[in-house]
Amino acid sequence: MKRLINLKPKRPARVALALLPFMLIAFVYLSASSARLAENPNDRLLPSPAAMGETFYGLATEANVRTGNIPLWADTFASLERLGIGVTISALAALFFGLFSGGLPLFRAPFSPLITVVSLIPPLAILPILFIAFGTGEMAKIVLIVIGITPFLIRDLTGEALRLPDEQRIKAQTLGANSWQVMIRVLLPQLTPRLIAATRLALGSAWLFLIAAEAIAAQEGLGYRIFLVRRYLAMDVILPYVAWITLLAFIIDQALLWISRWSFPWYHVDEKAAS
Amino acid sequence: MSLVEAKGLEKHYGDDVVLERLNFTVEPGEFVTIVGASGCGKTTFLKMMLGTESITKGQLRVDDKPIPGEPGPDRGVVFQKYSVFPHLTVLGNTIIAEELSRSRLFGKLFGPGRRKAREAALERLTQVGLQHALDKYPHELSGGMQQRLAIAQALMMKPRILLLDEPFGALDPGIRQDMHELVGKLWREQKLTVFMITHDIEEAFALGTRVWVFDKWRDDPQAPQAYGATITYDLDVERNREASASQAKQIQEDITS
Repeated sequence: MKRLINLKPKRPARVALALLPFMLIAFVYLSASSARLAENPNDRLLPSPAAMGETFYGLATEANVRTGNIPLWADTFASLERLGIGVTISALAALFFGLFSGGLPLFRAPFSPLITVVSLIPPLAILPILFIAFGTGEMAKIVLIVIGITPFLIRDLTGEALRLPDEQRIKAQTLGANSWQVMIRVLLPQLTPRLIAATRLALGSAWLFLIAAEAIAAQEGLGYRIFLVRRYLAMDVILPYVAWITLLAFIIDQALLWISRWSFPWYHVDEKAAS
Repeated sequence: MSLVEAKGLEKHYGDDVVLERLNFTVEPGEFVTIVGASGCGKTTFLKMMLGTESITKGQLRVDDKPIPGEPGPDRGVVFQKYSVFPHLTVLGNTIIAEELSRSRLFGKLFGPGRRKAREAALERLTQVGLQHALDKYPHELSGGMQQRLAIAQALMMKPRILLLDEPFGALDPGIRQDMHELVGKLWREQKLTVFMITHDIEEAFALGTRVWVFDKWRDDPQAPQAYGATITYDLDVERNREASASQAKQIQEDITS
């Protein structure tokens, strides 16, 4: 018998093992749901998959009488727009500041301590300030995402720039590079795939800030819908919406990974086939 | 006139004396190999030549001017590792030298400028035998090929001085032999002045025209940091080929004891 650390599942076994926890969760939910529904057919807490599917289908196909929009698509579009704008602004700002902070010690000296402190401010604690300053429109929600994830991204990129071997900077200088050239030809290309990796991690927080902001003040959005129907215990809306958000997050995450692998093959050399 | 000259050169870290009493002159075209026990300041000396390590006392002059306090295109370098850029292909790693010097703003060339730079890069890569791997990334190359690339890259700017910090330390013996021939050939063709650190004393005698042994000139068991290393042997290998085998053996014993 080999040691436990040396036992690796083969591909079919790996797929089966990956599916197993999902099947278990589905099984637990289904048995609990059917038990509750057998006792009370009008139970709202654990709706049957059929009921959820029906509600979700309605949300995805029937226009709201008052607004004329189809709720699911209007919510999805509104949320993805906020998330996309917020995350894009954060990523670009982080790349810019990370590049200068990682490349120029004179820039880093006053900037890095500031960012460290700013990154410790809980973003949700300043959400009221954002609503006061920017109103309850789109601006406040986007700014919350930007404030929430940019400091993390900057710190991560600065750290990555400092972890690059000194030899690279020295080599570039012996090839005649000036400071600016070292930054755009040595640091920038190596920080870009790191930015994608860090953004994938930050997307979880970005969704959190988005949904929190939508829950408090919005007219549409995935988070808005979930918190709206909470009053009616409408689990048949909330659960499919959560699954839908999870699916969107998964697709965005995998798309970023795919872009990174395709554009920066050298960055992914050391990865083990774990994910 | 000599190319490199040191007068009473010293390096201290606080109270720790790393190097002292360094006095030498090196003529253009010399191939200086530097050996010595680990931690005896060989790499510190090379970093002073590069300009990344400051000088505590004394003078280090190139062409009768004090050495600049930062790396520059007149002094090429090959490290034991991390010498090439992982994000650039073989061609990209060599062409970048031309791009950095010709395009100050973007560090990137396009069109005819790039074609010309490409030709220069191709010529260099052919010299080191990498003309068939132009589009490969460094991680796809063997250790020996990576070092060939690093050498091609370092020579793109036609530096007068080439600094080598154990460039073949991580390579297999057979490949090392090929690299010796390559470096020897390039040194003669390009009329380079080379400073090479190595652990391998045979390598030092095989390649160098001059072998330096770095060692402490005096040892105080009560205060081991009080005295630094200096050049304890300065051997003219070129004019003394027949004696070099016994000298190499002697030095090997000195260093290991």
